[in-house]
Amino acid sequence: MSSVTSHRLRRRLLKVGHVIGLFIAMAIICLPGFWIVLSSLRPTVEIMAKPPVWVPESLSLDAYRAMFSGVGQGGIPVWDYFRNSLIISITSTVIALMIGMSGGYAFARYRFKGKSAIFLGFMLTRAVPGIALSLPLFMIYARTGIIDTHFSMILTYVALNVPFTIWLIDGFFRQVPKDLAEAAQIDGCTRWQAFWQVEFPLAGPGIASAGIFAFLTSWNEYALASQITRSVNSKTLPVGLLDYTAEFTIDWRGMCALAVVMIVPALTLTFIIQKHLVSGLTFGAVKG
Amino acid sequence: MAPVTLRKLVKRYGALEVVHGIDLEVKDREFIALVGPSGCGKSTTLRMIAGLEDISGGEIEIGDRVVNDLPPRARNISMVFQSYALYPHMTVAENMGFSLKIAGQSADEIRKRVVEAAAILDLGPLLERRPSQLSGGQRQRVAMGRAIVRNPDVFLFDEPLSNLDAKLRTQVRTEIKRLHAKVKSTMIYVTHDQVEAMTLSDRIVIMRDGYIEQIGTPEEVFQRPASKFVAGFIGSPPMNLEDAVVDNGRLMFAGGQSLPVPPRFLEKVTTGQKVTFGIRPDDVYPTGHGLHSGDASAVHAMALPVVITEPLGNETLVFITFTGRDWVSRMLNPRPLKTGETVEMSFDLSQAHLFDAATGVSLR
Repeated sequence: MSSVTSHRLRRRLLKVGHVIGLFIAMAIICLPGFWIVLSSLRPTVEIMAKPPVWVPESLSLDAYRAMFSGVGQGGIPVWDYFRNSLIISITSTVIALMIGMSGGYAFARYRFKGKSAIFLGFMLTRAVPGIALSLPLFMIYARTGIIDTHFSMILTYVALNVPFTIWLIDGFFRQVPKDLAEAAQIDGCTRWQAFWQVEFPLAGPGIASAGIFAFLTSWNEYALASQITRSVNSKTLPVGLLDYTAEFTIDWRGMCALAVVMIVPALTLTFIIQKHLVSGLTFGAVKG
Repeated sequence: MAPVTLRKLVKRYGALEVVHGIDLEVKDREFIALVGPSGCGKSTTLRMIAGLEDISGGEIEIGDRVVNDLPPRARNISMVFQSYALYPHMTVAENMGFSLKIAGQSADEIRKRVVEAAAILDLGPLLERRPSQLSGGQRQRVAMGRAIVRNPDVFLFDEPLSNLDAKLRTQVRTEIKRLHAKVKSTMIYVTHDQVEAMTLSDRIVIMRDGYIEQIGTPEEVFQRPASKFVAGFIGSPPMNLEDAVVDNGRLMFAGGQSLPVPPRFLEKVTTGQKVTFGIRPDDVYPTGHGLHSGDASAVHAMALPVVITEPLGNETLVFITFTGRDWVSRMLNPRPLKTGETVEMSFDLSQAHLFDAATGVSLR
């Protein structure tokens, strides 16, 4: 009897310890994000204070108000930046996904000459640090006259994301048994229908994760964008952050507010798509 | 109504030829099994019939159409895969109705036909489940249900029982046989298991290295194997096969032991000819413990030592030493035998076979 009680007690203690451990880990992970949100709501004096002020004395939405109040009144063209970011990220994600799906499917299903060499080649492009490309890209885009356009940014981000989307989607298509597409063809599908009716839904979670990844990469990318975008024509939100730095001052509060504006859509999108990331969907397709 | 005809069917992968111009006529409503060891080309042949593999040469006819260049969907066939290949994102009912949905049938019609097919296979209570919630046997039944719903001319089975455990295998085997009786379609069944082939089919096609070794009813291939290969492949335990040289009406084995040439082969062999002698375990038995032979004069008795016994209850497999190696014999109404004990063995030579030692072809 007493051994049962002590066993129970130990299990309860372990559980409590587990929860506390998780809480601490999560707190450490979330703290920077929380600090950004907090900083966007408090006066600069408090942000810069040493030692740090942990409990804010006053909170206000002034930074947000100022940000949206337009150029010349302490604001920045945030709507333009937002629109640019959205257009560039979504378009480049869609294109990278389409190429990634075609390429990933080809790598997963077909045999062709130089397959592994091409695959390795794609992976090697990831080994080049992006920033090293900024000057060559700047020169090429400047010469061809596409600098500071949505097109140039989309092109850059597609090139950046395609190797990864191909690699990720290839892995997911590999998990879909070949038999399923064959069964679908016997059931009356064309090759094309078999893909959309059977293979695509089953690789869906993988394609969705590749999509999130590609979107977030484009949404958050700064190094290349800071070189290639020159004006409100194409400046994205991360580049827009720099608008808060002046020669002698940095408006930390405004910067944090813009960072929050950037984080919110990305977070929302991830939450929406995350629901579809049900893994193990192919379980039960074949064998026992 | 759909006979299936293969004419000089060839399959090549680059320079490698894996099916060498085979001919086969499957009659309408016939159940035919393609059987052979792995790599013999049986699955490739089936996949060519299904349209999943291109044909490198020859012709395939289903019904009265040459289907060489038709895609799988235009051949009006159904296939049951070894892996079941159920669509995991659909329920059982959706799996079964998928082909009708693609064909643009109305929801009512689909429902009706799915329920009909489900009734044949007792799948009614499972219709709303997903494949992941089914056992192996149930999945295999759903795969068959999906095949039935299409009402195809030809059913193709690609080793459908390989992933099931022994007990389920027998059960589903019976179910397939019952299915054939009910739906009366042409069925082509690929397996490496000769027992499945024997129990299910009207005719068996034995394949080896991309050639057809023999086509015949289960009785034919069992009783009159065309070659040494067929003789060794069909039957369990396999036929005892041993090389010998003919010498004045006797078969001289390597160890110096001999047997008379089986009576029906006396005219067909000459002294000095190299042959392979074959006899099934059923036709070698401890005297008094075998099947009655039609021809008592052809039974040759010999005292031989027992190596080991495998009791199976109603019968015992007795391994005896003869010609320097183990021969299997089947003892009916078994009595206990001890290892090392010498027993009189009867060789029923009227049931024995002789094959050409070099080519393996039967000398019948």
